Amino acid sequence: MKKLTILVLSAAVAAGSPAAAELVFPSLSYRTGPFAAGGIPFADGYSDYMALLNVRDGGIGGVMTSVPECETAYNTERGVECYESTRGLGALVYQPLSTGITYQLIPRTTVDGIPLHTMGYGRTSAANGDVFSHTFNYPANYWDAASIIVNQLLEENDGSLEGQTIALLYHNSAYGREPIRTLETLAEMHDFEFLQLAVDHPGQEQGNQWLQIRRERPDYVVMWGWGVMNQVAIQEAINIRYPMENFIGNWWSGADHDVESAGADAAGYRSLNMNRLGDMPVFAEIQELVIDAGLNAGDGSNLGNVLYTRGMYAAFLAAEAAALAQEMSGVADIDASMMRDAMEALEITNEIMEAAGMPGIGPEFAVTCEDHGGTGMAIMQQWDGEAWVTLTDFIAPDDSVTQPLIDEDSAQYAAENGITSQCSDS
Amino acid sequence: MPEQLVFAMEVTLNGLMTGVMYSLVALGFVLIFKASGIFNYAQGVMALFAAMTLVGIQDGRVPFSHVINAIFGTHIYDFGWEVPALLAILLTVIVMIIFALLVQRFVFKHLVGQEPIILFMATIGLAYFLEGVSDLMWGSEIRNMDVGLPQGINDWIDVTTLEIFGYGFFIDNLDLAATLIAAILVMGLIAYSQYTKNGRAMRAVADDHQAALSVGISLNYVWILVWSLAGIVALVAGVMWGSKSGVQFSLSLIALKALPVLMLGGFTSIPGAIVGGMIIGVGEALFEFAIGPMIGGATENWFAYVLALLFLVFRPQGLFGEKIIERV
Repeated sequence: MKKLTILVLSAAVAAGSPAAAELVFPSLSYRTGPFAAGGIPFADGYSDYMALLNVRDGGIGGVMTSVPECETAYNTERGVECYESTRGLGALVYQPLSTGITYQLIPRTTVDGIPLHTMGYGRTSAANGDVFSHTFNYPANYWDAASIIVNQLLEENDGSLEGQTIALLYHNSAYGREPIRTLETLAEMHDFEFLQLAVDHPGQEQGNQWLQIRRERPDYVVMWGWGVMNQVAIQEAINIRYPMENFIGNWWSGADHDVESAGADAAGYRSLNMNRLGDMPVFAEIQELVIDAGLNAGDGSNLGNVLYTRGMYAAFLAAEAAALAQEMSGVADIDASMMRDAMEALEITNEIMEAAGMPGIGPEFAVTCEDHGGTGMAIMQQWDGEAWVTLTDFIAPDDSVTQPLIDEDSAQYAAENGITSQCSDS
Repeated sequence: MPEQLVFAMEVTLNGLMTGVMYSLVALGFVLIFKASGIFNYAQGVMALFAAMTLVGIQDGRVPFSHVINAIFGTHIYDFGWEVPALLAILLTVIVMIIFALLVQRFVFKHLVGQEPIILFMATIGLAYFLEGVSDLMWGSEIRNMDVGLPQGINDWIDVTTLEIFGYGFFIDNLDLAATLIAAILVMGLIAYSQYTKNGRAMRAVADDHQAALSVGISLNYVWILVWSLAGIVALVAGVMWGSKSGVQFSLSLIALKALPVLMLGGFTSIPGAIVGGMIIGVGEALFEFAIGPMIGGATENWFAYVLALLFLVFRPQGLFGEKIIERV
């Protein structure tokens, strides 16, 4: 009874105490369900980097970080519930890792004044900060990805794709259909034939699509997949003996688990990546100060893999914006509004990346009020049968193709939602 | 021979093989429905659970390691050994039998005599519970299924058809293996139900529960037997689909492909599940081949249901289902 009384009193005291200041970065993660294999390493990388900042630097600007996780199972309704249940914690920024959840959160976060960062996914035209005041998709978006792939193929074909056929194998969803307009424009511009092959969710059955690929023998197959669709597509490509080096995925179709089951047979398969891989000093620090100390979010096995590195990169960009917000506002315990302003003034240089122990992890870029999308650059990597190998430096997209599409789509969104120019006063 | 006709023949053959893969899932539904009248919503998750258990045992992983580590602060993930495929399959069969015992003991024993809709709801609960248990037990990572099944293009068919039609057909060795295994499975199940005492008891229960009880057949025992068989069928389906796509959570969604097969083939016929699967497989493949490109493709999921509904209009009990006649 005495113990119980002490426990109750302690709880009452704790509840009454003012909470210590924390910088809250909610993680709308998915560690369960059909897409968990992609969600787990990303969430691990995100949390582990924030944990490293706490252990190594005492947080950001002297304020500890906190990463409350909420399980969405990649389900849009649950994602919105997670947002509603965590925004009251003083959330500074959301990164839901889901295009479906992003579409639901764009209007909500705008009303609530909380920034939304959707790097390489979500609504592509959110790159137009003049319309989407609280949504950011730097360093790159889907349309950049489509343009980068075509640019790389042009480079490999002496600047001409005339008469060639490029097939797009895509997840039959808003996400999968995103690059179609860009590729149609590029096909017209460079005189290649564009073949569209839709794959129904979740992508376990692709037999008919690969029979068509075998019959029509497109010169290149570009994949816009996620989850099980990627592994099945890679296996089907192997089965029909499609030349793997001519099969190219976007950055959501190039994770370790996508190719590991096929192993050496998948050698040659290429994909984009918005973050460079390799042995970076930050990994040794995470291993020593976070994983070995038992402060890691997962089991530590994902350290350094593609999606772990991307999650860590996302956390790094959030942490840099938070530090900038502290500097701009002169306040250590910043709020979401200050965070938004800092994200709009964010500049990532090689010096900053090197200082964080991740030299060259991403391209250098600067965000402005009008441009929330960054430079849109990405590297191309190749599976050598055992590991991903970086093939190229950061490749730039063709802005003359992507920018008019962004302007057109965002103008339509602005008209539908009665949004006036956000940047006219700046 | 016209090129399009040759292509259509290749599509048809592949559709037949895909249909057999659907049938493997549908068989589990049929077994349970036939013996107990329960539409087992959890059949797809059972395939997932069986496949995850098989791979977990093969890789020597510690079940519930995440839970154990969270409670005791340990970092134990595997035993450090690998189990041969055949032994792992046998151990998984034992796990599925234990699962059947538990389901009967803790769920359906208490629901005897309830309305079919109550039993169906119970299987929905079971599906979500089992999915959670699978996650806790083996984790959510994608695992590679390797039980020695062949995979990739069959060179003999490729070369032979090239000589005959001037175009080599693609047939996946895994699909051929699935067809062979399905044929053995169906023959085994039919032989078991025709020529063994337990099989006859199963058929008696399927025909009339009351009559079977009156001659001393234990309903409880037969239902455990049926759930065990459905568990083994789920394991076979899990192995075949897991070999195709890796063992991961979307494996449970294969149950959605079994529904049109059941609607078409009937809920109570084992041959119906096979023939239904083949009709669905060929139908959706030919539709995707002929019409798909004109309407944006990705027609397989919905067209399977359209095809099943068309059959239902003319034969509500399915092709091989028993006609229900209720006298007032």
